[in-house]
Amino acid sequence: MKYDVLVVGAGPAGSMAAKTLAEAGLSVVMLEKRQEIGDPVRCAEAVSKRGLKDLVEVDPRWIAADLKGSRVFSPDGASIVLSEEQSGGKTGYVLERKIFDRTLAMEAACAGAEVMVKTRAQGLLKRDGKICGVSAIRSGDTFQIEAPLVIGADGIESKVGRWAGIDTTLKPKDISTCAQFLVKDESIDSNYCEFYFGNKIAPGAYAWIFPKGEKVANVGLGVLGSRSSGIGEPLRLLQEFMKSHLPKGKVVEMDVGGVPVAPQLEAMTTDGVMLVGDAAHQSDPLTGGGIITGMTAGVIAGEVAADAISRGDVKRASLRDYEDRWKEPNGNKLQRHYDLKEFFIGLTDEDLNNLLHSLTNEDTVKMDLRDMLKSLLKLNPKLLWGLRHVIF
Amino acid sequence: MLDANRYKCCYCGAYVSVCPTCSSMELMETWIEVSQGCKDCSVCTKICPVGALEAEV
Repeated sequence: MKYDVLVVGAGPAGSMAAKTLAEAGLSVVMLEKRQEIGDPVRCAEAVSKRGLKDLVEVDPRWIAADLKGSRVFSPDGASIVLSEEQSGGKTGYVLERKIFDRTLAMEAACAGAEVMVKTRAQGLLKRDGKICGVSAIRSGDTFQIEAPLVIGADGIESKVGRWAGIDTTLKPKDISTCAQFLVKDESIDSNYCEFYFGNKIAPGAYAWIFPKGEKVANVGLGVLGSRSSGIGEPLRLLQEFMKSHLPKGKVVEMDVGGVPVAPQLEAMTTDGVMLVGDAAHQSDPLTGGGIITGMTAGVIAGEVAADAISRGDVKRASLRDYEDRWKEPNGNKLQRHYDLKEFFIGLTDEDLNNLLHSLTNEDTVKMDLRDMLKSLLKLNPKLLWGLRHVIF
Repeated sequence: MLDANRYKCCYCGAYVSVCPTCSSMELMETWIEVSQGCKDCSVCTKICPVGALEAEV
């Protein structure tokens, strides 16, 4: 089997790359090691409306909830409200990823990409020192797929980058390990995403209640890997959160996963290889959101890959345009958010309480994340002095 | 040696991302394969969200 480009992983980033390549007229194959695309869910499923609309035509079949805004809670239970498009770009819609991911893969297939499910890449093929495809296994049968360019969209557990010599290993302080329940409960507000901060609630991250329709929500939390104090900490803390916040909630699904909350990779490409999505640590270190960033990277990678193939040059220098286009504005913004995350994880619960209380007389509904941070800095200059270079 | 409890595992693959040896851990749909290359560093045990990974004593 020979293709122009081979994509490993059929999440949103991989599907957008495959679709972009197929629409450019290239032969492309996308491998997914799971037998079902989009399942099991490993995500809280919230996305920015604006971000999504910039990339795809929104289909009501995969919108589980259309939100009015977000509530942010401090450790002592005080809260503020942010409007939907002004809460860091994180909220707006809550997706049904099982349908969404599958739809994106179908669109890639309809554009001409070949999709192979239950097919796992086992390693890169090399000829004369050059990458020329992957060895793969499907239903127990091993075979080879040739392509001069491989796009690794293989998620947080990415192997493609490491096989190619790009060290994507995450440090425990740069991964949020998460557990989530799908919960039915009469107390769930279907219009607002809720974020709960506190070192006892979700050390180094936050807990969330993201509605998915009438009285149903994703209820989950993350724990920074370096703050995980025991075996199975996220699940244990989630069960505690359920007892304190949704004691009568009915759990009908359980999802777990990890999210990179890491600095930008120094290299996202090498000769014959590009990385996109979580495989390239492109999720937002501050919010954990990675759907829009991954899809954006997939489109850029697809465009640059198509150009590189047309020129017959897949060396890193030829692929660097992808990294340059990603860096401005996305990569630079995410690097600032990494600095913010590094600062905020050092705050005590008392600090977090003081910060949120300082905003209670402000009109937060009209603020975006940057405005909110500026207000926080103005109201808490001593505590947030270390952030002045990041916020302004 | 690392013990992967398949009855607890929710096959998320998060632990693979922190494994310092690229080839010693692999998520195969619904089970974890741990090879002889595992260095028993136990980094992955604190990353597994459900406590499915434990270092064997």
